[in-house]
Amino acid sequence: MTGASEAEANAGSRGHRLWVRLTHWLIAAAVLTLIYSGVTILMAHPRFYWGDVGNDLIQPLFEVPLGPNYHTIRYSAATPFFASPDGPVTADLLMAPWNQNSWARSLHFLAAWCFLAGLFAYLCLAFITGHVRRVLWPRRDELGRQNLWRDVRAHLRLPMPAAEPGPPYAILQKLAYTAVVLVALPLMFLTGITMSPAITANYPILLAIFGGAQSARTIHFFTFAFLAIFLLIHLVMILLTGPLRQVRGMILGK
Amino acid sequence: MTDRPLQLSRRALIGGIASSGGLLLSGCSDQQPPTYGNILRMGDNLTYNAQRLLLSRNALVTEYDRSQISSMPAIGTIDPARPDVGLHDPKGGEAYAALRHGDFADWRLKVEGSVNNPRSFSLAELKKMQSRTQITRHTCEQGWTAIAEWTGVPLRSVLAAAGVRPSARFVQFYTFDLMADGIDMVDALHPQTILAYGMNGRELPIGHGAPLRLRIERQMGFKSLKFLRRIVVTDKFDDLGRAGTIQNGWSWYNGI
Repeated sequence: MTGASEAEANAGSRGHRLWVRLTHWLIAAAVLTLIYSGVTILMAHPRFYWGDVGNDLIQPLFEVPLGPNYHTIRYSAATPFFASPDGPVTADLLMAPWNQNSWARSLHFLAAWCFLAGLFAYLCLAFITGHVRRVLWPRRDELGRQNLWRDVRAHLRLPMPAAEPGPPYAILQKLAYTAVVLVALPLMFLTGITMSPAITANYPILLAIFGGAQSARTIHFFTFAFLAIFLLIHLVMILLTGPLRQVRGMILGK
Repeated sequence: MTDRPLQLSRRALIGGIASSGGLLLSGCSDQQPPTYGNILRMGDNLTYNAQRLLLSRNALVTEYDRSQISSMPAIGTIDPARPDVGLHDPKGGEAYAALRHGDFADWRLKVEGSVNNPRSFSLAELKKMQSRTQITRHTCEQGWTAIAEWTGVPLRSVLAAAGVRPSARFVQFYTFDLMADGIDMVDALHPQTILAYGMNGRELPIGHGAPLRLRIERQMGFKSLKFLRRIVVTDKFDDLGRAGTIQNGWSWYNGI
């Protein structure tokens, strides 16, 4: 079966292969659950920092105006730990902040296991079958300014022509899919586990790579934002190019 | 007390992988956190068993330099005697207020359960034991972190002094507020798991759990219980009822 469908793909035939469809839906379901639980976790502490440490008593890099804890947290007066008043301080939290992390954290990690299984299967199969090289990776001649510009203009013209589901992909689609499956999704996994004290005890190199647990959390957030924008554009493109046919293609192959 | 408990628990853990991997059993084993049929708890057990299987039991967390000590908020219960914040327990709060009035001179840490010599330790007795000082990162489940220096006595020294039995599998901690929690022997015997009485070179502040708090560095901050009063060693898993993490909807193991 693999040989036949590979020959078809090489001949420029359209449609999605079975393993692509299975891993696509497994990863899609996991990512939606990860977004839902992840935003809930973010709402417990919508502040971001760089480096190893960051908390309510430390100036944030930026804040996300999201949820009941944004700018509502009250502390007692700060007490310095050391003789110098400019050094690190402590203060007592005088309230119970909004926190749904009990179920949100457990749901996040349950979905993360499904995500990891789906991503691992996808990447193994994508490299073994040559899917990456043949379908996703842009050829050098496709990266020319003229070709890029032509594809950008094609995406801005409405109404868009109905498209056959599946490969071959034009250059913008190739770049978007490559960035998502080879960069953003693996980066979500790596920055995610860099926030784990048990995992970084075994692999402190993760902290060195991302510049600390808070840096990893911040990169996790920006990569999430990139994936959320990708998801939005992905859904809009499906709506504009014949949604029934596109969804049918991702379920049935053609 | 050295190798045998670890060997036996490894066998129990492989059995646990089989059960949580299939997501079938509702935690029948008394060596596993119960799931009560909840799929989130099954996921928690998968994470627990996978981390125990794949990660080294003795790996140490990064220790930092004194210059890296950061500000650190005190959250949750900041004073067991205060009824307005945290998980206040009226009886525990009253006892705590009385002990603090006497500078904790009458405070005792009880160690009991699956030990050959159930006993209690005064603060002075704990301070006379071989101490360990470590500068580590506290990771709160909410998303924030802080670096502080902790001074205390390794939990494994206290357990050894009480004669922990080879059948011991879990250590439960009881406090002066409404919280109680437990850890397995892998974390209990870890060299960086200490009972801390000092923070940043001074006495442990009230907000951070005076007179004694747990530091368990490879799990989320809330597992490092503050305001300790009693330690119970058990051979079987104890979910600790309404005071524990599981019945409040939280994962018992929080290595991530």
